[in-house]
Amino acid sequence: MADITSSVAVPAPTRRRIRWSLIGDHAILIAGSLFMLLPLLVLLQTASTPDLETMKNGPGLYFGDQLDDNFRKAMFEASGFSGANTGLSMLKNSLILGLGFAFGKIVIGMMAAYAIVYFRLRFATLAFWLIFTTLLLPLEVRILPSYEITQKLGLLNTYTGLIVPLIASATATFFFRQFFRSVPEELVEAARIDGAGPVKFFIDILVPLSQTMIAAMFIIMFVYGWNQYLWPTMITTEEDMYTLVRGIKQIVQVLEGNEIPQYGRANVLAIISVIPPVAVVIFFQSWFVKGLTESDK
Amino acid sequence: MKRAGFDSRWLPILLLVPQLTIIAVFFYWPAVYALKSSFFLQDPFGFGQTFVGLENYTSLFDSSEYLKVANFTVLFTVLVTFFSLALALLLAVKADNVLRGAKTYRTLLMWVYAVAPPVAGFMGLLLFNQRWGPLMELFGHFGWEFEMGADYSDTAFAMIMISIWKQVPVNFIFFLSGLQAIPKAVREAALIDNRSASGRFWDVTFPLLAPTGFFLLIINITYALFDTFGVIDTVVRGEPSNNPMTLVYKVYVDGFRGNDLGGSSAQSVILMVLVLALTVFQFRMVERRIHYT
Amino acid sequence: MAQVTLDSVRKIYPNGVEAVSPASFNIPDGEFVVLVGPSGCGKSTLLRMIAGLEDITDGALSIGDRVVNTLDPADRDIAMVFQNYALYPHMTVRKNIAYGLKNRKTPKDIIAQKVDEAAKMLNLTDYLDRKPAQLSGGQRQRVAMGRAIVRDPALFLFDEPLSNLDAKLRNQMRIEIKALQRRLGVTSVYVTHDQVEAMTMADRIIVLNSGKIEQIGTPAEIYHNPASTFVASFMGAPPMNLVAGELDSGHLSFAGLSLPVHADHRGPVTMGVRPEDLVIDPDGQLHMEVELVEELGAHRLLHGMVDGQRLTVHLTKEIKAHTGPLRLSCHPDRLRLFHPETGKRMDAQMATQPRTQTESVAS
Ligand SMILES: Nc1ncnc2c1ncn2[C@@H]1O[C@H](COP(=O)(O)OP(=O)(O)OP(=O)(O)O)[C@@H](O)[C@H]1O
Ligand SMILES: [Mg+2]
Repeated sequence: MADITSSVAVPAPTRRRIRWSLIGDHAILIAGSLFMLLPLLVLLQTASTPDLETMKNGPGLYFGDQLDDNFRKAMFEASGFSGANTGLSMLKNSLILGLGFAFGKIVIGMMAAYAIVYFRLRFATLAFWLIFTTLLLPLEVRILPSYEITQKLGLLNTYTGLIVPLIASATATFFFRQFFRSVPEELVEAARIDGAGPVKFFIDILVPLSQTMIAAMFIIMFVYGWNQYLWPTMITTEEDMYTLVRGIKQIVQVLEGNEIPQYGRANVLAIISVIPPVAVVIFFQSWFVKGLTESDK
Repeated sequence: MKRAGFDSRWLPILLLVPQLTIIAVFFYWPAVYALKSSFFLQDPFGFGQTFVGLENYTSLFDSSEYLKVANFTVLFTVLVTFFSLALALLLAVKADNVLRGAKTYRTLLMWVYAVAPPVAGFMGLLLFNQRWGPLMELFGHFGWEFEMGADYSDTAFAMIMISIWKQVPVNFIFFLSGLQAIPKAVREAALIDNRSASGRFWDVTFPLLAPTGFFLLIINITYALFDTFGVIDTVVRGEPSNNPMTLVYKVYVDGFRGNDLGGSSAQSVILMVLVLALTVFQFRMVERRIHYT
Repeated sequence: MAQVTLDSVRKIYPNGVEAVSPASFNIPDGEFVVLVGPSGCGKSTLLRMIAGLEDITDGALSIGDRVVNTLDPADRDIAMVFQNYALYPHMTVRKNIAYGLKNRKTPKDIIAQKVDEAAKMLNLTDYLDRKPAQLSGGQRQRVAMGRAIVRDPALFLFDEPLSNLDAKLRNQMRIEIKALQRRLGVTSVYVTHDQVEAMTMADRIIVLNSGKIEQIGTPAEIYHNPASTFVASFMGAPPMNLVAGELDSGHLSFAGLSLPVHADHRGPVTMGVRPEDLVIDPDGQLHMEVELVEELGAHRLLHGMVDGQRLTVHLTKEIKAHTGPLRLSCHPDRLRLFHPETGKRMDAQMATQPRTQTESVAS
C-alpha cells in the first residue's frame, strides 16, 4: 500500500508484453484459418448466386438465394450424356466406396493382424514381409498393370473392382498389429486360463478392447476411400458408377460448357462431395486425430 | 508374437487368406507385370509385344520431355513439402500457445484434411478463374497477368498453391500432437533456463519435434509425388499439352492415354525404385539418429 | 485340491537361454510355496510352465495325479493372479470375475451366487458394477483374487501379485491373501522377489538363482541354515554378515576370534553370522570400529569394520550405541561356514555340538 508507484510499475510491462505476443498468435491463427476457409466461402457464394450474375461479376460478398434451386438440380438432374449420373446416384456410389472400403480394410486388416500377433505360425515372418512390403508402393505407381488385371478379371464398372484393389495395401493391418502388440501379454494369458479359445478371445476381449482404434481407423479409411480419384477414374466408365469425386472432372467440363456455365450446380456438387468426409472428421475429431497420429509409431 | 500365443494350426491361415489373396492379385501380380512390361514394346494395335531389353528405360532418359517432367517434379516436391511443413509448424506452435479458442482453431485448420485433392483442384479453378477468379484479380492489381492453363509457370504456381493448401492440415495435426506430447516438465525447465521465446523454440521445442518432422518429411514427399494427382488432373482439365505435370501424372498420360504400356511401365518401375530408396533412407535415419524416447 | 510334482522340469527358450535348469520338487496338497529369487532367475518361467503358458522343454509336471505337460491352461484346473492383474478393462468387475465360469458353461444362477460369495469375501460387493479403471490398485488386486477363487481351482498361481501396490497396502494384502489361502486350503505357488513376502507368507520357500534351485525349506530353515552364501545374503534384511576366516586343524579363526571346530576342510572359509547374533560384550574378542549408527525406531543397526572387513550388528532399541570402538562376541552355535569358492554351506560344526550332517565339500 505504501509503495503504490512501484507495485503498479513493475507488473505492467510484463503484462503488456504477454498480451502483445498473444494478439500476434491469434492474428496468425485467424489468418491461417481464413486461408483454409476462403476457397470454401467462394464455393458457397457462387453456389448460392444465379449463374448469370457470377458470370458477369464473379464471386460477390453476399450469399444469394439460389442454393435450394441449385441443390435440387444438382441432386436430381443428370449432368452427363446417359442421364445416369445425378448427384444422388453419385452420392450413393461415394457412400458405397467409402463405407465398403473402410469396412473391408478393417475386417481384413484385423484378421491378418490377429493371426500375426497372437498365433505361433510357422510362416509368420514370411507372411509379415509379404504383407508389409505393400506399404512401400502406393497404388499410383502400379496403376496401369492394376487396371489391366482388373479388366482381365472382368471387374471394370463393378463395386468389387472399385473397392477390392484399393484394399491391397496393409495400412490397417499394420495399424492393428501395432495396437495388438501394445495390449498387455497377460490379458491373453488370463483369458486362456479362463478357458477362452482363440475365437472367443477375439470376440469377447480383443474386439471390445479395440473399439476406439476401430472407430479411428474407420474414419480415416472412410475419408480415404471417399476421396479416391485416380482409381475410380480408370475403373468406372459408365456414368451410373461415378462417385462424386470422380465426377469432378465432368463438373469441370460443365463449368466450361456452353452459353452460361452452370456454376451453381457444379459448385453444389463439389460442396456435397466435401460435406460427408469433413463432417466425419470434425465430429469425431479426437478419435480421428488419435488414429492418425498413432498409426505411425 | 505374444509369448503365450495360440497353437491352433488352421485358424491363423484362414485369417490370413483374405489379406494374402488380395495382395497377391492386386499387388504382387501388378508389380511383377509392370516390371515385365517395362522390358517389352507393345504393338500399338494390340498384336503381341517384342522384347526390347532396357530400351524403354534408355529412351526415357534420352527424352527431353521426360527430363523436364522429372525436373518439375523435383521442384514441385521441394516447394510443396517445404511450404506446407513450415506453414503448419508455425500454425501448430501458435495453436499450442493459445488457450482461448484453441479447439475452434484446431477445427478450422484441419478440416481440409477431408477434402479430396481433385475437389481442392476444383476450388483452385474457381479462385484462379480466367474471367473472374478473385485471386486472378488480386494478382492483376499487382500487374501480374495470371493465366492458369495457358502460362506454364502460372499453372505451376497454382498447382503448388493448391497442393500446399491441401497438405497443411495433416502436418498441422501431427505437429500439434507432437507439441502436446512434449512433457510439461521439459517446457517448464526451458522456461527457467531461457528467457527468450524464440530461443526456447529453437533450442528445445524444435529438436524435440525433429522425429515428427522427419516422419512428416517422408509423408510429404510421398504426398507431393503421388497424392497430388487429383490436383494436377483438375488444374490441367485433363489436357496435359503444354502444362506442367509430375512423374506420376505422366505414367498415367503415357500409359492410359498414349497406350505406351512399355514406356509407362518403365516409368512405374523408376517410381517404385524411388519410393523404395526413400523408405530405406527413412528406416536408416530412424535407426541412426532421431530418437529421444 | 491337489499336490503338484515337478520331475526334472526344464526350460530352454527358443533363443537358447536355459531359464530353468532341471528342477524337481513336490508340493503337498494345501501347502503355500513361495518361489523367491533375484530378477531374471526364472521364477516366472517356472510358474508359467506350471500354468501351461509356457511349453515344458523337458521333464514331467503333474497336478493331482495326472501329468499335465501338454494340457491347455484352461484344462489344468488352475487359477492365476498376475502382477498387473490382467483384468479385462471393458468388463465390469462382475463380468471379470464371472468370465472363467461362463466359459465353462456354468449355469447362470450358480455363477451369480459364486460371484456374490467371492465379492463378499473380498469386500467387493459395492464395486461389482464398476469397470477396472474406476478402482484403486488394492481393489483391482482383489478383483484379480476374486477371479481366481470363484473357480474353486485345484491350484493357485501368483506372479508378484503385490508389487504394484504401495508398501502399506502390500502389507495388508499379504495378510489377506495368506488368510484366504488358509481358509480355502488351496495349494498355492507364489512368486516374489521380495524376501519379506517370502518369509511371512510361505509354508515352504524355494530359492532360485539363475535357473537353479538353491534351497528348499521352511522360512526358519532358510533363514537360520542357508544352504549357500547366495541364500544367506538374499534372505534377511540386513543380510547375513559374510566374512573371510581361516580354518586350521580344529580351529576357526577370524580377527582375534578363535573357536574349536570339527571340520574336514583346511584353509580359508567364508564365515556367516546374522547381525542379531552379534552381541555387545566388554570382554568380546571382536574389535569393531563403528562408523555409522542407523536408527530404525524398533531397533538400530551398527555398521563398521572388524579387521578390515565390513560387519553389521543388529541391536534392540534398549541398547544405546555410538560411533567409535566397540567389542563384540558371538555364540559359536550361530556361526555358519561356507566354502570360499562354491559358496555352499559346509558341514563343519562348532565343537560344542555333535555333527549332524554328512554333506561334504571337497577342498
Ligand atoms: N520369451 C523368452 N525368450 C527368451 N528368454 C526369455 C523369455 N522370457 C524370459 N526369458 C529369460 O529367461 C530368464 C528368466 O526369466 P523370468 O521371466 O522367468 O525371470 P523372473 O525370475 O520372473 O524375473 P523377474 O523377477 O524380473 O520377473 C531371464 O534371463 C529372461 O531373460
Ligand atoms: Mg517375473
